[in-house]
Amino acid sequence: MAQFRLPENSKIRPGKTYKAAADAKDVRSFRIYRFDPESGATPSVDTYEVDMGKCGPMVLDALIKIKNEIDPTLTFRRSCREGICGSCAMNIDGVNTLACTRASSEVKGDVKIYPLPHMPVIKDLVPDLTNFYAQYASVKPWLQTRTPAPPDSERLQSKEDQEKIDRPSACILCACCSTSCPSYWWNSDRYLGPAALLAAHRWIIDTRDEATGERLDALEDPFRLYRCHTIMNCAEACPKDLNPAKAIADIKKMIAERQH
Amino acid sequence: MSLRSPLSKVLGRGSAKNGVGHWWAQRVTASALILLTAWFVIALLSLPALDYASVAAWVHAPLSAVLLSLLVGTLVYHSQLGVQVVVEDYVASKGIKVLTMLIVNFVHVLLGALGVFAVLRVAFGAAV
Repeated sequence: MAQFRLPENSKIRPGKTYKAAADAKDVRSFRIYRFDPESGATPSVDTYEVDMGKCGPMVLDALIKIKNEIDPTLTFRRSCREGICGSCAMNIDGVNTLACTRASSEVKGDVKIYPLPHMPVIKDLVPDLTNFYAQYASVKPWLQTRTPAPPDSERLQSKEDQEKIDRPSACILCACCSTSCPSYWWNSDRYLGPAALLAAHRWIIDTRDEATGERLDALEDPFRLYRCHTIMNCAEACPKDLNPAKAIADIKKMIAERQH
Repeated sequence: MSLRSPLSKVLGRGSAKNGVGHWWAQRVTASALILLTAWFVIALLSLPALDYASVAAWVHAPLSAVLLSLLVGTLVYHSQLGVQVVVEDYVASKGIKVLTMLIVNFVHVLLGALGVFAVLRVAFGAAV
């Protein structure tokens, strides 16, 4: 059966509280999921009081401040801090998003931070994305052609055709969408998930690509594609405002149309 | 511990090359059900009375009997398609999944047969 209750080693126990300095003016509490595989203990939620007067506006600024000044053991991924690398995807106040583009002021009350839902946790806010990346690789996200490239120029595409793949190419593979999808939670071993399917669609509609049929063949599967039940959490979660649900619906339509 | 690569696990046995039939059938039956249900409700509401005699007289008409049978059949088919999705979603274990699907299919076919038989029995019964 799909697992609805947390396994024993995922049950959360109360954690430590790190008080702000006495002279702090604008104090906010960050309640952060902690898990250390080496300690043997179950996960906990630690509370860090941060003086917002001495902290940058984004949630990532607060995380970096906590790591630098309060608790160096806090573990998370981050790189570009401007929403283009996708490293700092996490669940903030119940929503999957990027810590670097979500302002702490957008959250009411304590800022609750968890790793992306329903993924194996490596440590603290770092999920294991191995399967997610393998699913992306499985859709062959590269141009496949039989016609040899023109010897003296690029493969050409009209401006309109380029615009169709312009938006989905902006996907940063942060996994916010896939890990917000209930269908992906229950069947991520077989369902490819919104991120991989958005990428697949981007190559299916690329006018320069000559493997459209093979790509559709590979997706026509009750689990790989048709586990999508148009729940639309993916479109809601995407920090780049992309719409994987629409791309998936279009793939289903293309597969249905080629029959008639 | 499995030593298979993550990509090998994702690729598995490849695409089952179906799913579109199920997806299309679900939409076709849904459209049919909109029409059949609308007809059913309107027809019932325009009966002079809702006692057995007037309903039986209505079912006696060939068009009513045929459309009623179609309504039962489409309803059962649509329900089977929907329940199948629920089972595939939530039942992960292979053996239990196959067993559940068998039971689900048997129950749906049985319900459909009983429904159609009930309609025909009234339709072909003596006029009341």
